Amino acid sequence: MSLDMFIQHLFNALTLGSLYGLIAIGYTMVYGILRLINFAHGDIFMLGAYFVFFGVTLTKLPWGIAVVLAVALSALCGTVIDRIAYRPLRDAPRISALISAIGVSFFIENLGLVVFTGLPKPVYRPDWLVEVINLGNIRILPLALIVPAIAFALVMGLLWIVYKTKPGLAMRSISKDIETTRLMGVSVDKIIALTFGLGSALAAASGIMWALRYPQIHPFMGVFPGFKAFIAAVLGGIGSIQGAMIGGMLLGLIEIMAVAFFPALSGYRDAFAFILLIVILLMKPTGLMGEKLEEKV
Amino acid sequence: MKFGKVGIALALVLVFAAGAFAADTVKIGVFLPLTGQMGFGGQLELDGIKMAYKEAPTVLGKKVELIVVDNKSDKVEAANAVKRLIEKEKVVAIIGTYGSSLAMAGGEISEKAGIPQLGTSCTNPLVTQGKKYIFRTCFIDPFQGAGAATYAYQKMKAKTAAILIDVSQDYSVGLANFFEKSFTKMGGKVVAKLNYNSGDQDFTAQLTEIISKNPDVLFIPSYFAEGAIIMKQVGELGGKFKIMGGDAMDNPEIVKIGGKAVEGFAYTTFPYDPTMKNMSPIAKKFTENWKKAFPGKDPNVNAALGYDSYMLILDAIKRAGKADPKLIRDQLEATKNFPGVTGSTTMNATHDAEKPVGIMMIQNGKRVFVDVIQPKL
Repeated sequence: MSLDMFIQHLFNALTLGSLYGLIAIGYTMVYGILRLINFAHGDIFMLGAYFVFFGVTLTKLPWGIAVVLAVALSALCGTVIDRIAYRPLRDAPRISALISAIGVSFFIENLGLVVFTGLPKPVYRPDWLVEVINLGNIRILPLALIVPAIAFALVMGLLWIVYKTKPGLAMRSISKDIETTRLMGVSVDKIIALTFGLGSALAAASGIMWALRYPQIHPFMGVFPGFKAFIAAVLGGIGSIQGAMIGGMLLGLIEIMAVAFFPALSGYRDAFAFILLIVILLMKPTGLMGEKLEEKV
Repeated sequence: MKFGKVGIALALVLVFAAGAFAADTVKIGVFLPLTGQMGFGGQLELDGIKMAYKEAPTVLGKKVELIVVDNKSDKVEAANAVKRLIEKEKVVAIIGTYGSSLAMAGGEISEKAGIPQLGTSCTNPLVTQGKKYIFRTCFIDPFQGAGAATYAYQKMKAKTAAILIDVSQDYSVGLANFFEKSFTKMGGKVVAKLNYNSGDQDFTAQLTEIISKNPDVLFIPSYFAEGAIIMKQVGELGGKFKIMGGDAMDNPEIVKIGGKAVEGFAYTTFPYDPTMKNMSPIAKKFTENWKKAFPGKDPNVNAALGYDSYMLILDAIKRAGKADPKLIRDQLEATKNFPGVTGSTTMNATHDAEKPVGIMMIQNGKRVFVDVIQPKL
């Protein structure tokens, strides 16, 4: 393999990895606070992309405004889902909330199939994001540099919210003990709604960026990236925001490099990723950056 | 009891040769989806069959009696329709159907009864697999791969090729195998063969590898959901080769999603289209007659396959010399270079038609039928 090719592969990996990471952050945040794997995350991801699509094509909004609106709308969807599907199950066994999450996921996908139809839709992409930059034989999309930057900024922002603000303090407190937090006079339901809102906004942001990179959207577009991001979150240590980013990057790198070094085995690209996941979890069961979780009584 | 449903189906049975008696007519059964989700395609095929019937209403000096049953796009109805045709109407051969699942349901019955059945547009390889009495007028899906290879080698003058395969789809693997076999047999070289799985959206790693091998053509027997994205990424990574695919890529959305990236993309399809240039005399005559018979409705490949299916059966009966199911079966199996609207047809060992493959190309953002090619196997 020539050096040029290797660098090209690295950039491909960087783009894919940061997208995985971005989706994984949302997963990990909700899990870290509620111990709930929000399976509907990948579907909010899809909704975000569709909101931009309709914003640009139906209402002819400028792209930037459509993006902001889509993120806000998705955040609203997240809180509504929490109110309808998760909040009534707050005191039920955790498995019930998980099943409810899977139900919500199927519901959104099939609703999408009815409303948007299954036909893939093209995505509008501002030129400055996709004008290929030539560096010798290496070709880079501006997107490949912007996505990691945005992901980094979002990680910083989230860490700030969780560790430096009052609602963040409440979130961390809920993650330790929801009952005691309630006794302390914290409006637990509001904080949890905020958590879902934030998580969904992140999902929408990553969905929009995913659609810029892979410009075709359909109701099931969130399923595979959702799975991969979930793996990335577990790999990095679920509950850890930095871990999610690192897990995503690692997963992207492995997927690309597996094909780069073993082209004949390219059909097993996902298998490489999963084998690595198993190996890492065998050696470090809590993931790369994970803390040992205390069993809640 | 069992025939209660069929009684309703019979409301749609049409008898063309009025007043004919069983003894001096040759009964040919037709089962097609005339209602239900596949009704549109089934109706076009029936129109094609009827046109052929009008042109050739007799065989061996006897009148042909065409008995049509609607299978309602339903597997159970398809089996019942065939049963009805064989047991009650005592047909000697059956034409049908549109829809591979319907063809398979009906085929089980025909096979057991020993009545030859000729599929119109059912392309799933399983339809004729292991069957003695089941044939089809169309080619099977993977056969297109050979058509793409022949077009790439002969017309695009490609000497080296790369293939990107969706390993989780029989369709993709089948087309890729036919492509590779045909391309190497003609003297071309497959320089890279890479895989992916359905649902993947990132192909940059595979494409970077393919670009480094610098092939003349890239064959992507993918489904529509991945194909347009693959081509987009080829453009972004700077691939300069031509790209070909199979009929699963035939969708108007492809231009909207792929934009400039799909310009020049060529894919295989059935060998008939009313807009095709250099039509064979048979196809020309068919198109003209159709336009007279159905003003304002364009003929399509389903109509052409319906037409060809009737003519093929008639030809087999003629060669058999007697309207006997077993003899007709033998002659269907022996069909060689039979000239039809959809090109010269030869029945191969697996009872699937070997015939020309059509080539479509995206030109100036439009899908254009550019060529018909005889695949080199």
